[in-house]
Amino acid sequence: MSITSRFWISLVLSLPMLAEMILKPFGWMLPGGEWTMLVLTTIIMAVSAGPFLQSAWASFKKHHSNMDTLVAIGTATAYFYSIYAMITGQAVFFESAAFVTTFVLLGQVFEERMRHNASSAVEKLVNLQAKEAEVLRDGKFIKIPLDQVVVGDEIRVKPGEKIAVDGLITSGSSSIDESMVTGESMPVEKKRGDHVIGSTINSNGSFTFKAEKVGNDTMLSQIVELVKRAQTSHAPIQKLTDKVSDIFVPIVLIIAILTFLVWYVFIGASVANSLIFAVSVVVIACPCALGLATPTALMVGTGRSAKMGILIKNGEVLEEVNDINTVVFDKTGTITVGKPEVTDVTGDEKRVLSIAASLEGASEHPLAAAILAKAKADKLDVPSSFDFKAIEGKGVRATVDGQTAFVGNGKLLADFDISADMKQQMARLQDEAKTVVFVGLGDRVIGLIAIQDAPKSTSKEAIAALKARGLKTIMLTGDNERVARAIANDVGIDQVIADVLPGDKADRVKELQANGKVAFVGDGINDAPALTVADVGIAMGSGTDIAIESGGIVLVKNDLRDVDRALALSRKTFNRIKLNLFWAFVYNVLGIPIAAGVFFAIGLTLSPELAGLAMAFSSLSVVTSSVLLNKAKISTNVAMA
Amino acid sequence: MIKIIVLIVGLTLIGFISWWFFGKHAVATETANVENNVQKVDVEVNGGYSPETVVLKQGVPAILNFTRQDPSSCLDRVVFPEFGINRELPKGQLEPIKIDTSKAGEYQWACGMDMFHGKLIIK
Repeated sequence: MSITSRFWISLVLSLPMLAEMILKPFGWMLPGGEWTMLVLTTIIMAVSAGPFLQSAWASFKKHHSNMDTLVAIGTATAYFYSIYAMITGQAVFFESAAFVTTFVLLGQVFEERMRHNASSAVEKLVNLQAKEAEVLRDGKFIKIPLDQVVVGDEIRVKPGEKIAVDGLITSGSSSIDESMVTGESMPVEKKRGDHVIGSTINSNGSFTFKAEKVGNDTMLSQIVELVKRAQTSHAPIQKLTDKVSDIFVPIVLIIAILTFLVWYVFIGASVANSLIFAVSVVVIACPCALGLATPTALMVGTGRSAKMGILIKNGEVLEEVNDINTVVFDKTGTITVGKPEVTDVTGDEKRVLSIAASLEGASEHPLAAAILAKAKADKLDVPSSFDFKAIEGKGVRATVDGQTAFVGNGKLLADFDISADMKQQMARLQDEAKTVVFVGLGDRVIGLIAIQDAPKSTSKEAIAALKARGLKTIMLTGDNERVARAIANDVGIDQVIADVLPGDKADRVKELQANGKVAFVGDGINDAPALTVADVGIAMGSGTDIAIESGGIVLVKNDLRDVDRALALSRKTFNRIKLNLFWAFVYNVLGIPIAAGVFFAIGLTLSPELAGLAMAFSSLSVVTSSVLLNKAKISTNVAMA
Repeated sequence: MIKIIVLIVGLTLIGFISWWFFGKHAVATETANVENNVQKVDVEVNGGYSPETVVLKQGVPAILNFTRQDPSSCLDRVVFPEFGINRELPKGQLEPIKIDTSKAGEYQWACGMDMFHGKLIIK
């Protein structure tokens, strides 16, 4: 029988007794008196409270105890004593057994509903998945169920449809709403060669794409798996309650017996009154609230952050975040866009660029990519070049339009002429943290190209938000001091550690840990060791396997502002756990002495019914407080997505 | 006189409770049998888990068959924190749970409220 129907039965049967309790002073008596009470309570005990007794007995046989043990002992004591009292003609308290059962069940009904609410985040994520896909099979597009899609399938997506799996667009273009996975509210433009994420929604265009990841490998599945793990993980703070629950119940039983003995043997109260105190102790002490405090808050907190594109891996991370005092950033791809771009060209812009593009055409250097991208964007005609010669450590030389042309770095200046004016411009550009490339014809430098990996537009705001939190910000980079310093000044970073080899990043983080707990923010591929070493590893963007593996927090969006949001959410969740535990403890610590009659002298006592009601409220309030975490205001200095 | 008897009975009861719950008691342990390259263990959920400790062989796919007999909502879920499993156990229904046995070690499982615990040893 479900908890809900057990509750209704016990409520309906308790009502007549409640009526009598209220109307007694006005002279109304329950028809049939004690006999009616006996019948009503017996039904409640058998039907509604029976499962408590059954469960209590089953665990007793295994040397265990649980909240059912307390409820069972409390109600059974009241019930059997009342039968004895009836036979011997003394006052009965059947209604206590009935009311306690009703209240405890009321609490469980609500609690069950709340727990269901708290755990629905994962279900919602799973439900995002498309149910079917239009796949090319034997030259025709046909609709097939999602689980039959295999890697390499060509899938067509029409406007308004859900993208089935992760893949690469092969033809067509569209703007895609990725908010459900990344939390990014703006639709993203995608064209041929771009990656699409399964479960996101195609808006206006139509396109076909090749399935690259299906089933459990898709990004959504990985996120679901991660959230599931986070929600079932244990926060270290919980270890306390793990131990408490096992020893708590027996101790409560002992306290209850002592309460009875003290009242009956030493103070000389009647058996009935002494029993009431003992029963109250048993009923109020149920440790449910304690057990629910951490898991429910963890569940809601990680679920809410997942919706914002912030994946918190486990409860341990939540605790660590609280003690962080330094945030270390990787530069390229984290603070900066990660794609060097041409910012300035001096001299005859078209000519300088087209010659540079011609010479760099075959190069794989990142600076070359920036020059080619600029030439392409400006739709320049790139002349062909031949007779390539590398100038060792300086650049390249080739023949363009019958003339010798060269492109390279500052070391070329030893071999070629440069005007004083251009020299000045070079110094200015370098001070702006730009890498300068020299372009020349014959033996003369004809122009300069300045290239910069620009900071993301959101970096400055993100750093400012972290500093407002009182955190120290440090940038770790392999770049030279001058460029790094300029970027740091631009976005407001406190300290720069430059010229760090990729392999040394983790060691530098370790050194910083001597001064307190450190969070490291990186984009996950070459930063993996540093992400692991740091107290809190925050992996940016991509959502690649490596990032997910090594970071404690994964930011699905490539937005640095999410670092602050992640810290804010983690703190909020952890504080909620502490609050829950505090109330659960306080409630038991204060409730037991009151129930035991310690404050009897000042008129403060708890009847078993009130104790039952209070108990129901305590677990309810803890779960409610966790569910409210979904609505709680997160104090962050950046705009919430 | 009756008060002294009540006192003695009460104290005896306290002694019994301490011994029963805090004393050392044997824990039911079961080692899985491997059949057709799958190891299966039936776990009955009734006032706790029996067996409470399950020993599995590393590298062999394993399934734990949980059956909840207990009416308590305390035990209506089983959680394996390390494996990211949080499964509902409908009363009286056999619920098979696959365990990844690729890594050796000792793992805990618990009920949804973290009151009852079981241990999983993979070696």
